[in-house]
Amino acid sequence: MSALAQAFARARNENRAALIGYLPAGFPDVPTSIRLIEAMVAGGVDIVEVGLPYSDPLMDGPVIAEAADRALAQGTTTDDVLDVAAAAARTGAATVVMSYWNPIERFGLDRFAQRLAAAGGSGVITPDLTPEEGLAWRDSTDARALDRIFLVAPSSTPQRIATVVSACSGFVYAASLMGVTGARDAISGDAEGLVARVRSATDLPIAVGLGVSRGDQAASIARFADGVIVGSAFVRAVAQARDADAAIEAVGSLAAELAAGVRRRNGEVLP
Amino acid sequence: MTDTVMDSGHYGPYGGRFVPEALTRALDELDAAFHAALDDPSFGQRLDALQRDYTGRPSPLTEAVRFAEHCGGARILLKREDLNHTGSHKINNVLGQALLAQRMGKKRVIAETGAGQHGVAAATAAALLDLECTVYMGEEDTRRQALNVARMKLLGAEVVPVTTGSRTLKDAINEAMRDWVSTVERTHYLLGTVTGPAPFPQVVRHFHSVIGTETREQVLDRIGRLPDAVAACVGGGSNAIGIFSAFMDDPTVQLRGYEAGGEGIDTGRHAARFAMGAPGVLHGARTYVMQDEWGQTVPSHSISAGLDYPGVGPEHAWLHDTGRARYEPVSDDEAMQAFALLSRTEGIIPAIETAHGLAGAMRLGRELGSDAVIVVNLSGRGDKDVETAARYFGIEGAPSP
Ligand SMILES: Cc1ncc(COP(=O)(O)O)c(C=O)c1O
Repeated sequence: MSALAQAFARARNENRAALIGYLPAGFPDVPTSIRLIEAMVAGGVDIVEVGLPYSDPLMDGPVIAEAADRALAQGTTTDDVLDVAAAAARTGAATVVMSYWNPIERFGLDRFAQRLAAAGGSGVITPDLTPEEGLAWRDSTDARALDRIFLVAPSSTPQRIATVVSACSGFVYAASLMGVTGARDAISGDAEGLVARVRSATDLPIAVGLGVSRGDQAASIARFADGVIVGSAFVRAVAQARDADAAIEAVGSLAAELAAGVRRRNGEVLP
Repeated sequence: MTDTVMDSGHYGPYGGRFVPEALTRALDELDAAFHAALDDPSFGQRLDALQRDYTGRPSPLTEAVRFAEHCGGARILLKREDLNHTGSHKINNVLGQALLAQRMGKKRVIAETGAGQHGVAAATAAALLDLECTVYMGEEDTRRQALNVARMKLLGAEVVPVTTGSRTLKDAINEAMRDWVSTVERTHYLLGTVTGPAPFPQVVRHFHSVIGTETREQVLDRIGRLPDAVAACVGGGSNAIGIFSAFMDDPTVQLRGYEAGGEGIDTGRHAARFAMGAPGVLHGARTYVMQDEWGQTVPSHSISAGLDYPGVGPEHAWLHDTGRARYEPVSDDEAMQAFALLSRTEGIIPAIETAHGLAGAMRLGRELGSDAVIVVNLSGRGDKDVETAARYFGIEGAPSP
């Protein structure tokens, strides 16, 4: 069983959703980003999503886009991202990289897959790669037994969902809303219906992301999804902290709040 | 080979769709609406009528006799897209897409703009067809093209200065895409050039193909034969693909595109995607991209906002690789010399973007010799650039930056 499958199975056995936490490599700098990820895992994150900072992140709102800008200004490279992924995997958490497509294409598909597998990574989320454009990527990831995670959105038709899930492994990333990354006050009403539609098309675990920032939101998503993905809220906690130690503390306590959230359904605390 | 779309929006290995899944449905709907419109005679009639009565098409073909003296004696014919309503070729695409937006029941359009010509055209079409309009423009460009910002506002559009990244066209496209992902139910993204995810390159090409169709007829009529070469400046590549489109199957007609060489391609400050870029993915399509060894986009530079873009339309990438078209950089200085020359010899002040194509034609004329006939797409007029030019030439009374 892949590390991702194990993480979801463990959560299911505990009758809860898995918590997936995102932080970009190199923000605010490479060593600190590693310590932040360790704090995230210590706080209760099951699966780590290491972001590869990209110059044109058109699916990201201002919080993550600015973090990527800062990471790139620091000189963060794909090699650094792979180092951070290796450190994340050493925590014992299943680790995936989230990357826009061009940096992977430039690095070389096979080379990227080989290096990530060697680093102990489990898979890759590619928000701007469609299954149609991902045929060569399928071969590269299969050769290294890496999971390939594509996205579905509230606008996805049933046929489209079928196409996307058949290209996915590990889990399916369900975007909770039509929009870019960034915390929202309320969870989109579209998410539950989308998960139901995806559920009828696949047995893969389904994780919901975009807009989730608080424990109560994680709890409400955990009622119907297998995983809850939180990104901007972690990044914002880092951006607002006065120094690295404060950032580590903030990330750890946010992870703990969210981890409690995915263990609570309808506000009730599970035994 | 009148249309080099191979399958589902690819041009050889280029093009395709690299977008968040949230946009797939809107792109499929656009594709369906586009093909339905092509099959609907009433759509064509409506567009033809607007082009004739509103844009002022056909645009004339003007022989530039005095300018030609500086082009190795070759005959130079100018396709006068500068005489279109709003002052550039951009209106061709905008009217077509705005009619498509109406067909799709979308009440709002958004656009990115560099030089502001596409933004002005989009704001114009939105006013005409009663659509809400928001234009994203890099903050840097709002300064160098202030006149066009005012025009867009007068036309009732909202102009959003973009302060992320390099604050130019590339970042305006990022912001427009972010808006579109969030508002796609009621919004059409009126993309301004032959870039972006499929079907945009094909849609935009189609609406600009009128430039080539008219030119071919006008040249045959004027000189009784096909021209030896057709030249155009290449930002995203819409005016170039528009005029090239009618000559793709004429092997004797050379197709020449001129991209921005900026301060020189060895200075790093340029937008020479073909000379200095490499295949990659940007803004939804695989094409030539200015990028570093890690696949991060490298900021471009050009004196002309409309050519200041690190990517290029995917069909041009394919025309480049197949050798059907040739692309060369033209520096800021060469372009400004051609700008001044056309103004003084022909009484036509071109857009600085266009001046890159004119500088290319001067080179090409010397290369092809005095028997040659070259058509240059005069993609736009230079009113918006008067301030930049006055400063460049140190003309007295020029406003200070
Ligand atoms: C007059 C003019 N010509 C050319 C361009 C470049 O665009 P394209 O290469 O799509 O024709 C612009 C863009 O702003 C323009 O305003």
